[in-house]
Amino acid sequence: MAADILEIAGKEIKSRLFIGTGKFSSFSLMREAIKASEAQVVTVALRRVDTSSKQDNILDYIPKDCILMPNTSGARNAQEAVRIARLAKAAGCGNWIKVEVISDNKYLLPDNLETLEATEVLVKEGFVVLPYMSPDLSIAKRLVQAGASAVMPLGSPIGSNRGVKTEELIRIMVEEIKIPVIVDAGLGRPSDACLCMELGCSAVLINTAIAVSDNPVNMARAFSQAVTAGREAYLSGIPSQGGSASASSPLTGFLRKEN
Amino acid sequence: MIIKINGKSENIETKLRLNELIRNKNLTPAAVVIEYNGSIILKEKWADILLNENDNIEIVSFVSGG
Repeated sequence: MAADILEIAGKEIKSRLFIGTGKFSSFSLMREAIKASEAQVVTVALRRVDTSSKQDNILDYIPKDCILMPNTSGARNAQEAVRIARLAKAAGCGNWIKVEVISDNKYLLPDNLETLEATEVLVKEGFVVLPYMSPDLSIAKRLVQAGASAVMPLGSPIGSNRGVKTEELIRIMVEEIKIPVIVDAGLGRPSDACLCMELGCSAVLINTAIAVSDNPVNMARAFSQAVTAGREAYLSGIPSQGGSASASSPLTGFLRKEN
Repeated sequence: MIIKINGKSENIETKLRLNELIRNKNLTPAAVVIEYNGSIILKEKWADILLNENDNIEIVSFVSGG
């Protein structure tokens, strides 16, 4: 059997666990968690520098063999997302971008139309675009047409740890969309990540659930194992569910008289 | 003269170049990206830019995020 390797924009990605760098209590802890997760794709954000104090450079704490995927967080429309993406590219760490356009401050749900518009512009400029989106099949199809390298539907609101509330919609996207479907946001525990992989998603992106746990390094490893397990189960063909029991042990040769 | 850096007005000396501004701020050039009056300026061009009154400069860098 051919090796099961995820390929995005010509890059072979060995780990189907992508990891975000927010909310860790220190950069050193973040670095240890990234290593334990074995993730190859790592997200960062872009912000104004605080010129009044000297700050550590986050890039010094991200393993050099990782693919950096800056997000466009803070963007409220396509234009702002494009601006952030261009700045991120100018930093010289590659051309991957997680397009994230959010105009809703309470649930932080993505604006799919602005996301599509930003994706169209950025693909034309040569970016590898992975849009964060609400799981909507027709928008996903439009994103594929626009040249997105993957689609990243949310499981539940960012940082909520509520798991795969959008399961049915994600299941449909996996079935209908021929580019990688990567569940991003809301996955709160390894079993959530495992479920996404069992559904046939290509990868998951985890941040909060790892970063705010009591032991982010061990939690990163737990997520990694869950992703591997879920993927292997998916590839093995998960049996269908039955309405009644089906014995696992032979129904003959019982130690009783009537046999 | 007054210029705007990351949305805040600052009084800086005249005849200052972009690379010198970054040095004066003790910023690591490799860690920052600059947008000067709406255009991204690559590091190798910083020294070509002589700052003017009312210039608008954004200095950004990568931070943690998901």
